[in-house]
Amino acid sequence: MKANYGYKDGSGEYYITIDTELCNGCTKCVEACPENVLEVVENEMDPLAEDLVARVSDEHRKKIKYSCAPCKPTTEPRTLPCVQSCEPGAISHSW
Amino acid sequence: MANSESKEYWRWTESRWTNPDLDWKDGDIISAGVDVGSVSTQSVVMVDGELFCYANMRTGSDSPDSANNSMNWALDGTGLPLDKIEYAVGTGYGRVNVPFAKRALTEIACHARGANFMYGPSIRTVLDMGGQDCKAIRCDHRGKVTAFLMNDKCAAGTGRGMEVFADLLQIHINDVGRMSLVDVEPEPVSSTCVVFAKSEAVALLRKGWSKEKVLAAYCGAMAHRVVTLLERLGVENDFAITGGIAKNIGVVSRIEKELKVTAPEPSIDPQLAGAIGGALFGKALVEKARKKA
Ligand code: SF4
Ligand code: SF4
Repeated sequence: MKANYGYKDGSGEYYITIDTELCNGCTKCVEACPENVLEVVENEMDPLAEDLVARVSDEHRKKIKYSCAPCKPTTEPRTLPCVQSCEPGAISHSW
Repeated sequence: MANSESKEYWRWTESRWTNPDLDWKDGDIISAGVDVGSVSTQSVVMVDGELFCYANMRTGSDSPDSANNSMNWALDGTGLPLDKIEYAVGTGYGRVNVPFAKRALTEIACHARGANFMYGPSIRTVLDMGGQDCKAIRCDHRGKVTAFLMNDKCAAGTGRGMEVFADLLQIHINDVGRMSLVDVEPEPVSSTCVVFAKSEAVALLRKGWSKEKVLAAYCGAMAHRVVTLLERLGVENDFAITGGIAKNIGVVSRIEKELKVTAPEPSIDPQLAGAIGGALFGKALVEKARKKA
């Protein structure tokens, strides 16, 4: 499942996408994220399963633009810490 | 009209229903779903996965009370006591505040499951237009979520926004959609933000626009906004809308036109989708627990 968290506003699109098919719940992204944007919980989109997957915490969904600002590339393109830490490549961003 | 100010144009019709063909005493698994939204609360009781009774009412200031009230109303006259419900699921914005629920589930999963029940297994894309936000959901033939996109930012283009608009123009919420179907479509208002759209509407009325034309411009803006959300996720047929706005022909027809799709007519109140999904998950969770035991 592709879970898109975030929003679009006048200045752009701010979405973090987590592919729960790829995510194994290892929590490496949680550790890598300097802003505590991510958490690993039971897969809420599939209540009958018991697997753990990463998601953007409720608290940050409405302000991803600001929460993720410290990781935003300014001059050179850089890989975001969360993306870099995820071995199966489950995380992507809209920016 | 002296009392026009006190008239509640936004007030939609609350309802309850009991299935005359079902006796809960014959049932094996009795499950329930309670969807406590920011604007409305629904309680649905199912007997072996069939609709037994439901209630749809306005959410009060307190979530636990809203959940209790709507469930009491749903059960009213059915003879079914609350403690005979084996598994109740809470969903929606107040999902953790349903006192008798065994589990709280996200409304995204519940709406997809509910849409699958209401519209059939061919539904692949569900647009949930709720009171306070809207969500685009893709699902498989079992109603299992395969992708979703939330619009977490603001209340624009939602049921609450529509209520504010109905009040402003003093047109009953049930008539807004039909009245907005004008012959010549005006430019949509530039903002769907409740606050901005309100002042924009006032300005248009002053300019001499008819209420119908202003409504058309607002419904058009609302439709366009959710279409961009849907397009980002990708729309696969069949397409269905759940939530209160699904009853607004003005918004629905404009979404259909922009996306070039047709949403099926709901046979059951589309506001019930989340609670129905919750009740179906309740049943599935009972079955799962029994299998394990
Ligand atoms: S971009 Fe940075 S702040 Fe945002 S989730 Fe990834 S690691 Fe955390
Ligand atoms: S690092 Fe990747 S696989 Fe591990 S929990 Fe985060 S998203 Fe899932």
